Amino acid sequence: MTGILPVTMPKFGLAMTEGKVVSWAKEEGAVIAVGDELADIETTKITNAYESAVAGVLRRHVAREQEELPVGALIAVVADAAVADSEIDAFIEHFHAEFAARPVETVGDASPEPLVVHIGGRPMRYLETGTEHEGRPIVLLHGFGGDLNNWLFVQPALAERHRVIALDLPGHGGSTKDAGAGDLATLAGAVLDVLRALDVPKAHLVGHSLGGAVALRAALDSPSHAASLTLICPAGLGKEIDDDFTRDFISANRRKLLQPVLAKLFVDESLVSNDMTEDLLRFKRLDGAREALTTIREANFAGGQREILRGRLGELGDIQVQVIWGAEDRIVPPRHAEGLPASVATHVLPGAGHMPHLEKASEVSRLLLDFVE
Amino acid sequence: MSKKSFRQAINEALRQEMRRDPRVILMGEDVAGGAGAPGDDDAWGGVLGVTKGLVGEFGRERVLDTPLSESAYIGAAAGAAATGLRPVAELMFVDFMGVCFDQIFNQAAKFRYMFGGHAVTPLVIRMMYGAGFRAASQHSQCLYPIFTHIPGLKVVIPSSAYEAKGLLIQAIRDDDPVIFMENKVLYDQEEEVPDESYTIPFGEANLTREGSDVTIVGIGRMVQIANAAADALAKQGISCTVIDPRTTSPLDTGSILDSVEETGRLVIVDEASPRCNMATDISALVAQEAFGALRAPIRMVCPPHVPVPFAPNLEDLYVPDAARVEAAVRAVMQYAGKQGARA
Amino acid sequence: MQLNREDLLRAYRTMRLIRDFEERLHVEFATGEIPGFVHLYAGEEASAAGVCMHLGDKDHIASTHRGHGHCIAKGCDVSGMMNEIYGRKDGLCGGKGGSMHIADISKGMLGANGIVGGGPPLICGAALTAKVLKTGGVAIAFLGDGASNQGTTLESYNLASIWKLPAVFVVEDNGYAESTAASYAVAGSQSDRAKGFGMPSQVVDGFDFFAVHEAAGAAIERARAGEGPSLIHVQLSRYYGHFEGDGMTYRGPGEVDRLRADVDCLKRFRTKVTEAALLEASELDAIDRAVADQIDTSVRTAKSAPPPTEADLLTDVYVAY
Repeated sequence: MTGILPVTMPKFGLAMTEGKVVSWAKEEGAVIAVGDELADIETTKITNAYESAVAGVLRRHVAREQEELPVGALIAVVADAAVADSEIDAFIEHFHAEFAARPVETVGDASPEPLVVHIGGRPMRYLETGTEHEGRPIVLLHGFGGDLNNWLFVQPALAERHRVIALDLPGHGGSTKDAGAGDLATLAGAVLDVLRALDVPKAHLVGHSLGGAVALRAALDSPSHAASLTLICPAGLGKEIDDDFTRDFISANRRKLLQPVLAKLFVDESLVSNDMTEDLLRFKRLDGAREALTTIREANFAGGQREILRGRLGELGDIQVQVIWGAEDRIVPPRHAEGLPASVATHVLPGAGHMPHLEKASEVSRLLLDFVE
Repeated sequence: MSKKSFRQAINEALRQEMRRDPRVILMGEDVAGGAGAPGDDDAWGGVLGVTKGLVGEFGRERVLDTPLSESAYIGAAAGAAATGLRPVAELMFVDFMGVCFDQIFNQAAKFRYMFGGHAVTPLVIRMMYGAGFRAASQHSQCLYPIFTHIPGLKVVIPSSAYEAKGLLIQAIRDDDPVIFMENKVLYDQEEEVPDESYTIPFGEANLTREGSDVTIVGIGRMVQIANAAADALAKQGISCTVIDPRTTSPLDTGSILDSVEETGRLVIVDEASPRCNMATDISALVAQEAFGALRAPIRMVCPPHVPVPFAPNLEDLYVPDAARVEAAVRAVMQYAGKQGARA
Repeated sequence: MQLNREDLLRAYRTMRLIRDFEERLHVEFATGEIPGFVHLYAGEEASAAGVCMHLGDKDHIASTHRGHGHCIAKGCDVSGMMNEIYGRKDGLCGGKGGSMHIADISKGMLGANGIVGGGPPLICGAALTAKVLKTGGVAIAFLGDGASNQGTTLESYNLASIWKLPAVFVVEDNGYAESTAASYAVAGSQSDRAKGFGMPSQVVDGFDFFAVHEAAGAAIERARAGEGPSLIHVQLSRYYGHFEGDGMTYRGPGEVDRLRADVDCLKRFRTKVTEAALLEASELDAIDRAVADQIDTSVRTAKSAPPPTEADLLTDVYVAY
């Protein structure tokens, strides 16, 4: 049964145990290439286009549309056109039998858990994956109000070939709610402290939105730590930012108030699920979260961006920089990607808003892999 | 963040709030245990160990074992709340409300209104409720509909450990009297609960499942029953939204009505006795406010109108389970209307 | 506690205010202008005044459905009380409480109480607050002979005793619980009940301001010193029925007339202080006139004051909901 390739229910993020094939994007018999969109997969948190990791002929839809299956279950079979249907049937039967008989401990969540490192007594949470890989790690920094789970689609893809560390910035997620002055220097200092504590002398820094400005500031403050910089819809390159968004994000303490605020982040507003909203509310309910967000907003965004680093890109010397932006970003305008030094690689992704790493995760992953390699 | 039981979550909420605010005190029967006795101090930490260890940190000045004298100490908690403390009184079993109800519904609940808005009564009364413990008729009731009936009280019924911690901290910081109901079957259940303090606002339902065919509202532990039913039904192609109101007073009517507008079908799972309970209350709400959206009659999954029985087989028959919820959901899905009635 | 001239004038003024307030309500209630029902304290003034002379705003009292006297003695605004009894927006409780629920927590007055026996547990709580927060305050429960039979009262004796709370229980025994005589309904004695809980007690003549004042002073001093609760059995009587409109057919012939003639606490106070030359009769007369004016003004104000608005129906249920 060589040449027959299984397509299984992917795992998006830490908490996913089941997914639903919402709809197939490719019919049976279609010839598919690596990276082709195969299906929309829905988790309780978000729906994501699932792209093929294999090439061949899509011989069989094993999962029906709207069917919910556990992570790892067979959803489709890809094989050469020459393979007989009987062999496909046998493959499916064999796979089902093996999957049903898999050891119980692997049924559950075998993913790595986030860890906490204390810097000056204050906790900083991070999730490290791909630890088996040598070479420069990739460090992921989320945006304002986000946390390390924002990288749920990107981190697994990167971790197949690299060590990846996603952090919670001060004031966010499971990290300290003491954001200090909350400005870029403070936040970048905290990131550098974590890198030192984790014995990471140099890393590919990837930052989204506020995290982009933090990554940039960290590279400026300690160039030796930055192997490269990827800035996704970053702050720090211009004055404009949706002031209402950061204000409303802080004040919205209920699901119905927060959902329309989060909708601004996406082109496809239906991506804002109750689970995504509840996760954010769980963060915002923590004692100190509101104060930390307020401090960070005041220091960075109130009345427009406070610290604009565009003019300092030249100080980065030979550190390679790429910028990725959602063409329909409603929070930080994509025009901030214009007029950057010629050495900066710029990618504006159509069909994405302020969260391209969620809305166009595969493209972002690919750009990141191409860039750091 | 770590796995914590429902019991640990409540203990942690109490500990963190007592550290934060010296006005927070605990009182109740055996909340420490062993007062005046020759053996161990902190002998019990509550009859099911929920407050264990708190007297060690805060002392008997703030963790007060009371005599078996609910009228006196629940009333004292109300009086203390009106004069500057923030007491958390434990009634042990909700069934004991009968010997102190005056202090709750005539005193604490009404101070603010009777006194023209000049009283503030930041009182929390914790109590266990619910069947499933083979504890028979006087230690197994729900009774939250009775509290929900009383203006001036807030009624909180957490469905899991995460919910319990955040709702209890909110209750303690709240300036109104709060009835906090703990289903004793949940005490050993674990889930991820943040180590930090956090609050969950009252009056905002949680949607524990999202679906388009049927809305299921569960109260307290029944949320878990509803989730189990919804998960099983999902595999059969019926998708349900499960709503955990979290608080029955205030009640998030908006979330329930919005969901029924989408699904057109409603099943309510309530462990309380079936007359004048949350299921009837929510049914009346939906019948009045969303009649036009309904595609099938509302179904209530409740125990029969009998006291909670003792014999294990009878008690198991008594409490709603996932199979009964599934059957109710299938019934509303299959409802075809009165055939020919309008012909 | 020695009473100086100012104290004596204040005590007399308090008792006179209560008497005139209640006598006037008796008249006004008959006109039908006062909603609901009222329970008058006339005749019992020495008790409220004698106890509350020892108290400040950090001290708390809980009262009974016969609460006007306690309110006045604890410093509640008389005009605000009258407005409240008339169901006016400017009443102490915005017209939402009425006679049986007048309260002013800022004055340490935790409310008249429509539930017989409702107050003693609350007072245990107020005393617990004083003890935990070390305010130095005391808490006093006024209760009647009727309430002395409630479980809440007896449970409160126990709780206050085991926790050594700074509390005093003042049993105002006017001989009747509604129409039922204390001699029928109360087993044993109030002081034996106190003894059963290890509490000291005193029996005092409730028509004698000075006796009440002295007994209360000792009990309150003991409470403030952290020595625990006490009970004072105040023997007194009421001039009017359980509530206004009560025909008092259960009372003996001439009983009230004899009370007014022989043991009126105001008359006895006046005789005592003037005979001892502590105060001039003219000073007391001046108080009488001033109080009469004050009550008259408060009734006139209340009659013309606006009721609560429709919007007030829905407010003040919760701090936030």
